[in-house]
Amino acid sequence: MPTLAHYLIVSGLLFALGMAGVLLRRNLLIIFMGLELMLNAANLSLVAFSRFNLGPDGMPNYNAQVFVFFIITVAAAEVAVGLAIIVALYRAKQTTHVDDLNTLKF
Amino acid sequence: MQLVLFWIFSLLMLLSAMGVVFFRNPVSSAMSLVLSFIALAAVFVTLDAFFIAVVQVLVYAGAVMVLFLFIIMLLDLREEKRRRVRLSAWLGGGLVVGGFISALLKVVLSLPALLVTKPAMSHPLANDIEQVGFNLFRNFNLPFQVIGVLLLVATVGVVLLSKKELK
Repeated sequence: MPTLAHYLIVSGLLFALGMAGVLLRRNLLIIFMGLELMLNAANLSLVAFSRFNLGPDGMPNYNAQVFVFFIITVAAAEVAVGLAIIVALYRAKQTTHVDDLNTLKF
Repeated sequence: MQLVLFWIFSLLMLLSAMGVVFFRNPVSSAMSLVLSFIALAAVFVTLDAFFIAVVQVLVYAGAVMVLFLFIIMLLDLREEKRRRVRLSAWLGGGLVVGGFISALLKVVLSLPALLVTKPAMSHPLANDIEQVGFNLFRNFNLPFQVIGVLLLVATVGVVLLSKKELK
């Protein structure tokens, strides 16, 4: 049977991969996909904790699952707004490459 | 059996997440991300979180990824040109990610409280959709309505951002 440590390590590795996507890739859309991976990793550890720490009634802690539901909703809103910003940027600059978006660079 | 399923789906999830980071073509990355989300939904099922698994497939693998693919097609992104690799960026990124993974492994493996197997639920086939819904509307009613406002604000914001010219 998988233990809680298994789930936490897999979740941490998923988070690390998302972080690698954000830090190493230069395309705005791929950076966004990395953010999604990081949010999903957080969801996985929340659900794992909820299943492994049963309440007094012997059922998982459903507060965590409600929290995951909220996270998914916020992520959906974030993706919509972020992609709209990327489209607006592309319209202004004809690029989604972060190295070419240096107007605000000091 | 559970362990085998857990490893199959989590390895599938991690490998396709790796594909997201390392594919050069954005469409391949997006397809890899869909696979990663679906595998994650399967991992949720091994945790008896059926509602979350269904929402994961519906919202992430469905709505969010369609939006991503739509934008990739709309912007007509081609395969990225190979640019000069900036060694400092890769070094810094590798250092941060490697440090994170080693710290995580050290902490998780040193806590014996985490090396427990899944405790049996009192009702193994409980209706978790009912439980989550009950909790959502009873204990989290205000946050639920706030998140509705958030979605409305996001919708209005997207419409405004997508306008050609702001008046």
